[in-house]
Amino acid sequence: MTAITQARPARRARLSTTAIVYIVLVGVIALSAVLVSAAGESFFTSSTLTSVLTLMSILGFVAIGQTLVIISGSLDLSVPYVVSTASIVGAGIMAQGAAGVVPGVLAALLVSAAIGAANGLIVTKLRVHGFIATLGVGLIISGWLGTSFQGSFGSAPPEFRLIGATLIAGVPLSTIIMLACAGLAALLLHRTRLGHHIYAVGGNAHVARLSGVRTQVPVVVSHILCSMLAGLAGLLLLARTSVGSPTIGSQGGYDLMSIAAVVLGGTLLAGGSGGVLGTIGGVAIFAVLDHVMGVLEVNPFFKDFVRGAVIIVAVALYAWRSLQRRPPRFHGKGTRT
Amino acid sequence: MTALAQRSPGRRFLSALATPGGAVFVLLVVLLVAASIANPRFAEPDQLVRFLARTAPIAIAAIGQFFVIVSGEFDLSMGAVIAAQVVIAGNVIGQDEAMILPGIALMLLVGVVVGLLNGLLTTLAKVPSFIVTLGTMLALYGFVRFLTGGAATGNPVDSFREIGRGSLGDVLPYPVIILVVLAVGAWLLMRAPFGHTLLAVGDNPVAARLSGTRTGAVKVAAFVLSSLSATVAGILLVGYAGVHPSIGTGYEFQAITAVVLGGAVLGGGRGWVLSAAAGAIALELLFTVLNQVGIDSTWRPSVQGIIIILAVALGAVAWRTARRPASVTRAEAAAGADPDPIPTPTPTPGEQ
Amino acid sequence: MASAAGSGGIALRARGVVQSFLGTTVLHGVDLELRRGEVHGLVGENGAGKSTLMKILAGVHQPDSGTIELDGEPISFTSPLQAQRAGIATVYQEFTLLVDRTIAENIWLGREPRRGPLVDRARMLRETRALLETIGVPELDPALPVRQLSVAEQQVVEIAKAVSLDAKVISMDEPTAALADHEVALLTRIIAGLTQRGIAILYVSHRLREVFDLCTTITVLKDGALVGTWPAEELDERSLVRHMVGRELSAFFPDPAPGTAPGDPMLELEGAGNDFVDDVSLTVRAGEIVGVAGLQGAGRTELLHGIFGADPFTRGTMRAGGRALAPRSPRQAVRAGLALITEDRKTQGLSLNLTVLQNALGVVRAVFPSRTAAARDTMPSTLQELELVARGLDQEVQFLSGGNQQKVVLARWLALAPTVVLLDEPTRGIDVGAKYGVYEVMRRLAASGVAILMVSSELPEVLGMSDRILVMRDGRLAGELPSSSSEEDVLALATGADEAVPA
Repeated sequence: MTAITQARPARRARLSTTAIVYIVLVGVIALSAVLVSAAGESFFTSSTLTSVLTLMSILGFVAIGQTLVIISGSLDLSVPYVVSTASIVGAGIMAQGAAGVVPGVLAALLVSAAIGAANGLIVTKLRVHGFIATLGVGLIISGWLGTSFQGSFGSAPPEFRLIGATLIAGVPLSTIIMLACAGLAALLLHRTRLGHHIYAVGGNAHVARLSGVRTQVPVVVSHILCSMLAGLAGLLLLARTSVGSPTIGSQGGYDLMSIAAVVLGGTLLAGGSGGVLGTIGGVAIFAVLDHVMGVLEVNPFFKDFVRGAVIIVAVALYAWRSLQRRPPRFHGKGTRT
Repeated sequence: MTALAQRSPGRRFLSALATPGGAVFVLLVVLLVAASIANPRFAEPDQLVRFLARTAPIAIAAIGQFFVIVSGEFDLSMGAVIAAQVVIAGNVIGQDEAMILPGIALMLLVGVVVGLLNGLLTTLAKVPSFIVTLGTMLALYGFVRFLTGGAATGNPVDSFREIGRGSLGDVLPYPVIILVVLAVGAWLLMRAPFGHTLLAVGDNPVAARLSGTRTGAVKVAAFVLSSLSATVAGILLVGYAGVHPSIGTGYEFQAITAVVLGGAVLGGGRGWVLSAAAGAIALELLFTVLNQVGIDSTWRPSVQGIIIILAVALGAVAWRTARRPASVTRAEAAAGADPDPIPTPTPTPGEQ
Repeated sequence: MASAAGSGGIALRARGVVQSFLGTTVLHGVDLELRRGEVHGLVGENGAGKSTLMKILAGVHQPDSGTIELDGEPISFTSPLQAQRAGIATVYQEFTLLVDRTIAENIWLGREPRRGPLVDRARMLRETRALLETIGVPELDPALPVRQLSVAEQQVVEIAKAVSLDAKVISMDEPTAALADHEVALLTRIIAGLTQRGIAILYVSHRLREVFDLCTTITVLKDGALVGTWPAEELDERSLVRHMVGRELSAFFPDPAPGTAPGDPMLELEGAGNDFVDDVSLTVRAGEIVGVAGLQGAGRTELLHGIFGADPFTRGTMRAGGRALAPRSPRQAVRAGLALITEDRKTQGLSLNLTVLQNALGVVRAVFPSRTAAARDTMPSTLQELELVARGLDQEVQFLSGGNQQKVVLARWLALAPTVVLLDEPTRGIDVGAKYGVYEVMRRLAASGVAILMVSSELPEVLGMSDRILVMRDGRLAGELPSSSSEEDVLALATGADEAVPA
């Protein structure tokens, strides 16, 4: 079999993108530890862990969903409005007291799922690019929120607020739920047919169709899951703030921040590759940065500046790395006249 | 086959109207009629001109966004650029008449720098423009709020604000003049070699580079044009609305909506610049009509959302059908121009 | 594979297949019979209806009338999937693989084996390994991402996928278009294995020599109608071409225009090299056509890209028209009078959504904007001379056939009146008639004093068109041969089988 091995370049073992994300995360943590101790505080404490994990949970939910959608070749810009809607719907129903908790959660998730289904169907049936479809749906919801609600709405009973406050061995319950969702999403992506088809459709929908994959199903399902995860984030915010808010999602900038976390985690914006593990790493990087800038009392507006810079630098690194794909055949460094 | 000549102007005009880029003008006329019926005063020249003055900033922003979109990229930093320019105007110019020209120069410089940054990071560092401009957007908003503390600060002198709210001889508002000049300039630019090259780069950057195009320079130029148009929009908005860091919020998406409504295809290679400006005006006109029939202005985002989805859904179909050959010769049909061509996946040459 | 015993019986029979699009009939009642275990060549010019027939068998199109039987059972498909499940697999020219997924994931896509609700990855890998062994490529690791495979290996994965579907019929569209000769040998071996298992192969190709090497039966289509079906041994290349085009092409390659003689050196390389080629020295004179042969991956395209500044040389010297030239970008090369007709029209040559005129003026506008008006005036006649068939100058090039697209590419470079023209696989994927047109353009350019450097994987083309032949191997020049050489000479030098040939 020399015939085909001859024409092929050496297949060097390469560091996976996920590994790089976590190396970067370790670097960020090391740098943070140095900065924080230089400021006279200690970094490696359980309160730091709790703080970082808390910061991770909300963006984590949204970013997991965003990962699914991006791998399937779409995009979701409607998540902030889904977050707000879930918090409003949940708070409205829970305002009646503890008996409203379960119906509130179910209703919020159902409404979120419906929005996700609308996103998915617009993308697949009307063949509108995810960017536009979800931007449009987001705007539609935002008009409704802006028209129907001014200020906060409803309330969450104390029983529900516990979810936002409970710590288990220093780890917030909300983060545990988020990580469980991440685990389920990873299982879905790697070990189910649907997951394989999400990659296939995002990689090349035409190829997937020729192989008998029903190409619309994975896209619609990932949109529904993404919206439901955003709904969970909205419910969690409700548990923390105890009132529903029509603007809480857009204030958090979850649309662009979640996309940034996904891309930071090594998933290609174009779809077809990547994974949840990397995304969690990306979310963690943002959380550590946020925590450190909080401890160092950095001007909150400067935070946005740092985030923006981190996103660009990280993605530039990935892009630069993927350019190095083809190894040179000759390494000569002669002079050129 | 002697059909190599171009078709007659009349036929070209009619078939152009059937493309999304042409249909937006039809939409514009329909909305104009609707607005005039709902409110007969609207059709009066002074009202129309005043309406046009109000839409000038978004129309100019849409023209800028058009260049970027047609080159195959996005500019999400537009709203943040507008906000930054507004704050610069408030703080640098302030109440000092003498600072007007230096202030404008500084704003244009900031516009060029942001455009260069967006363009160079996209082309040299190969970061998707979605991410790059998202980054510059975050950074600029952070910078603006850092400077202002998040509240309205500064107020430039009235003579500067005149650019945005004054008019020539009380008849022709300056924003309208500026819009017309920029629109004509953009139209000429798209007809010049630069415009064709921009389309070619948006359509197929690899082929463009191997044809001797400086693809990087072309894209960087598009980003600079976009930031500069945001700068001009900012200057007009200061006059119109004063200084507040939240001015400009959402402009990037509104500009993208307008460009898409004007029939340009996301991903590049297709679209007409005047249709983008017309898209922006049509969008504002639609809001006006809805206002006239008594729909709350808080519904504006919803309307915009529906419009953008419909425009893209219909546009994708329309470009395909309008510019397809009406009848194909047998040879062409069999050679692959089937009525339902399978979109051919790009071959993957592995690593050679 | 019990059906191996039935070798020789009819696997697939199509009768009176009629297909029309938009009122234009593209297939006028075509018949086709495939026997088990045979390789059946399907040839014809572009537009003859080969692709349409293939797509009907693949379930992409539904014929207007006519019958198709598989193993004697009448069948009709409404989707590609049904055709696959029935046992007709299709290997398209453009691969249908997901580059970021592994070989195993690609092969089992849409039919992933499951245990409970979960995908059984171990079984998937195991069965893929067994499959790759069956078709004779046990060294391919099922867990490798497709992105890391060579073109030939991707082809193998496509075939493995077809075999895994228990295909009775595999049709292949130009399977060797992107392969080098030594890779074709692998394909040949795999195809032989498939036929022994009783699989019928429908083989569509423009490379006639290969059709004769591989096929036992040949069917010729012309203008959507059946010309005939013959056992391969009853035909030779000449008679086959006559059946395909309905006329005899004058010896296939046009002779040089009278009076064409090598003039001054127009392109000179001395020890040129970059990351992909090394120590290349060559001279191309005005009026000369120099062919570059070599295996896939030998560095031929890279050589052209080096000269053209797309992957600039980092070593050695280069002169164009007698003056030193070191282009750092294609733009600088274009300004110095060079032109490059790329290997792949669709991905590297044209802006498919733009019109014929926009594409034809693309280079002028990008590099010499001030000459645009003049070029626009002469362009219609240039295109007319090239015999472009299009609905108009404002037709989008994506709707043109391959041959006509190539004419647009040629026109955009002719508009610059280049002094050195680099051609990379100038006739790949275009039909016989259009090929001849490209050859004539080359001869005309040479006669007008242009220096031409042509890379081609089709040896007859290299031998038929070149004044001299340079052979590359592993990124270096392996030697130079006269145009009177045989294909064997070139191959020996390209593969390194014969080190004795003087360099």
